[in-house]
Amino acid sequence: MLVYILKRLAIAVPTLLILIIASFLLMHAAPGGPFTAERELPPQVLANLNAKYGLDQPLWRQIVSYLWGIIAHFDFGPSFIYKDRTVNQIIAQGFPVTITYGSISFLVAVVVGVALGVTAAVKQNTWLDYIAVGISIGAQVLPNFVMAPILVLVFTLWLGWLPGGGWQGGQWQYLIMPVIALSTSFMASIARITRSSMLEVLTSNHIRTAKAKGLPMRRVIARHALKPAMLPVISYLGPAFVTMITGSVIVDIYFSTGGIGKAFVDSALNRDYAVMMGVTILMGTLTILFNLVVDVLYAWIDPKIRY
Amino acid sequence: MVIDKTKMTSLAAATSQPEMAGRSLWADARRRFARNKAAVFGVFLLLFVACFALFGGFFAQWSNEELDFSVMGQVAQIGGPSLSNGHYFGTDDLGRDLFARTVQGTQISLAVGLVGAAIAVIVGTLWGATAGYFGGRIDNYMMRTVDILIAIPYMFVLILLLVMYGRSISMLFIGVGLISWLDMSRIVRGQTLTLKGREYIEAAKAIGVPAYTIIRRHILPNLLGVVAVYATLLVPLMILTESFISFLGLGVQEPLTSLGALISEGAGTMSYGTLWQIAFPLFFFVVTLFGFFFVGDGLRDALDPKDR
Repeated sequence: MLVYILKRLAIAVPTLLILIIASFLLMHAAPGGPFTAERELPPQVLANLNAKYGLDQPLWRQIVSYLWGIIAHFDFGPSFIYKDRTVNQIIAQGFPVTITYGSISFLVAVVVGVALGVTAAVKQNTWLDYIAVGISIGAQVLPNFVMAPILVLVFTLWLGWLPGGGWQGGQWQYLIMPVIALSTSFMASIARITRSSMLEVLTSNHIRTAKAKGLPMRRVIARHALKPAMLPVISYLGPAFVTMITGSVIVDIYFSTGGIGKAFVDSALNRDYAVMMGVTILMGTLTILFNLVVDVLYAWIDPKIRY
Repeated sequence: MVIDKTKMTSLAAATSQPEMAGRSLWADARRRFARNKAAVFGVFLLLFVACFALFGGFFAQWSNEELDFSVMGQVAQIGGPSLSNGHYFGTDDLGRDLFARTVQGTQISLAVGLVGAAIAVIVGTLWGATAGYFGGRIDNYMMRTVDILIAIPYMFVLILLLVMYGRSISMLFIGVGLISWLDMSRIVRGQTLTLKGREYIEAAKAIGVPAYTIIRRHILPNLLGVVAVYATLLVPLMILTESFISFLGLGVQEPLTSLGALISEGAGTMSYGTLWQIAFPLFFFVVTLFGFFFVGDGLRDALDPKDR
C-alpha cells in the first residue's frame, strides 16, 4: 500500500510542477505587462517597477525564484494591482469561506446522492425509483449557474425566506442556497451512478448467497452490497471535485459569499496575473491531492487492484 | 449408388433461395434506438433546436444589434413578449430583440459544442488509438501526458488563456478543444487494447500490413460506436463549459452572444420583473442539453446491448 501511495505521489509532484511552470510561461508570453496602462509611464519608472517585481531578470531566474517562493515559504508574491496586498493575503481572505460551503456541498451531494441511488435501486420500478430517476435527470441540466438564479428567484424574490446573498460568518441562512446550487448536479450524477452500479451488484452471486442465508435486506445492502457498489462512485469523485471547485466561482459571484472564486474573477477582469496564478496553482494542488486520496481509497476498497 | 432424387431437388431449391439478409450491427442498433422512446424524443428536441438556430433568423423582425427606442427605459412595462411589435420573446434590458439574440446565442452555443466534440473526436481518437495500438513505452508516455493534463483544473487555465490572449470566439474554440480530447483518448485507448488481440488484426499483421493502415482500416471503424456515443455526450458538456465562462462575462464578446451569456443577463435583471429575459434562453439551453443527453444515452443502449 505504501509503495502504491509513493508511486502516485511520484506522478503528482511533476504534475504540479508542470502546472506551475506552464501557467508561468503562459503569463510571461501574454501580450501586455502588468504595468501597461493607458498613460505611458516614464521609462525610468517602468524600469524601477520591473526591478522591484524582479521582472528585469532572465526568464529561468524568475521561474526558479517563483517556484522557490512557493515551495520554501508558500509565498505567491505580491499582487500586481493592489499595491498593499500580497497574493497570500487575498487567498487567505477567501479560502476559509470556499472550504466551508465547498465541503458542506460535497458532503450533501455524496450523502443525498448515494441515499437516492440506493433507494432507487432497491425499490426498482416503483414510484420511489421513478421519482429518484426523475430528480436525477432533471438536475443534470441544472448546473450551478442555472440553479443560482432560480433559487434566488424563488426563495428570495417570491417567498422572501432566505437572504439573496452575503456570508455573515457562515450563518445557516446564508449557507443554504450556495450549498443547494453547488451540490444539485453532482447529487444527480452520484445518484445515477449509484443506482446503476447497485442494480448490477444486487444481481451478483454473493448477494444471492447473503439473501439465501436469510439475512434481512437492510443488512444485505449495508454489509454486502454497498461497498462494491461504491467503486464507480468513488472514481467519479475526482472529476466531481474539480468541477465543484470551478462551480464555487459561480457561487461566489452570484451569492457574494466572498470566497476565493470572487478573487479569481476580479483578478481575471483586472489582469492581475499574480492572483490568477496563485489561485490556479492552489486549486491545482487541491485537485491533485484529492485525486491522490481518491485513488488510495479506491485501491483500499477494491480487492482486485494490485499495487 | 443411386442418387436420391428428392434430396437433390431439395438441395437445389435450398441453394437457389436468396440468402437471408443478415442484420449488421448498425441495423440492429438502429432498431433498438428507434424503440427507445426517450432517445427518439431527444432526436426531435435536437431537430427543433437545430431548426430554431438555422431558420429562426428568417422570422426575426429585428436584428440582434438594433435597439428598439420605443421600449427603451421601460423594458419592464412594455418590453415583454408580444406579437404586435415583432419582439416574440420580448426585448433585453437595452431594448434589443431577444428573439434574434436567442437565435444567435443558440447558434454559438451549438457551434462551440460541436467544434469541441469534433476536436475531441479527431485528436482523442488518433491519440488513444496510437497509444493503445503500439503499447509499451509509447503508450506509457502518451497516457502519462493525458494523466497530467487531466489533473489540471482546466476551467482556471481556460479563463487564464481567455484573459491573456483576448476573448475571441476562436480562442474559445481552441481552449475548449484543448481539454475535450483527454477523456476521449482514454476511452479509445481502452477499446483499442481489446481490439488489438483479435484474430483479424493478427492476420493483417501477418501479411505485412503497415501499422498505419491497420489503425485506419481495421481499428478506427471498430471504434466508431464508442466514439459516436461519447461524442454525443460530450457536446452538452462543451456547451456547459462555454455557458459557464460566458456566465462569468469572460466568454464571447458583444454583440455576439451565447446562451450562457443570455442566461447571465437575464439572471441579472430578474429582480426587475423581466422574467422572460431568463426564461427563453434557459428554455433553449435546457432543451438542447436534454436532447443531447437523451440521444447519447439512447445511442449507448443501442450500440452496447449488454450494458443494461
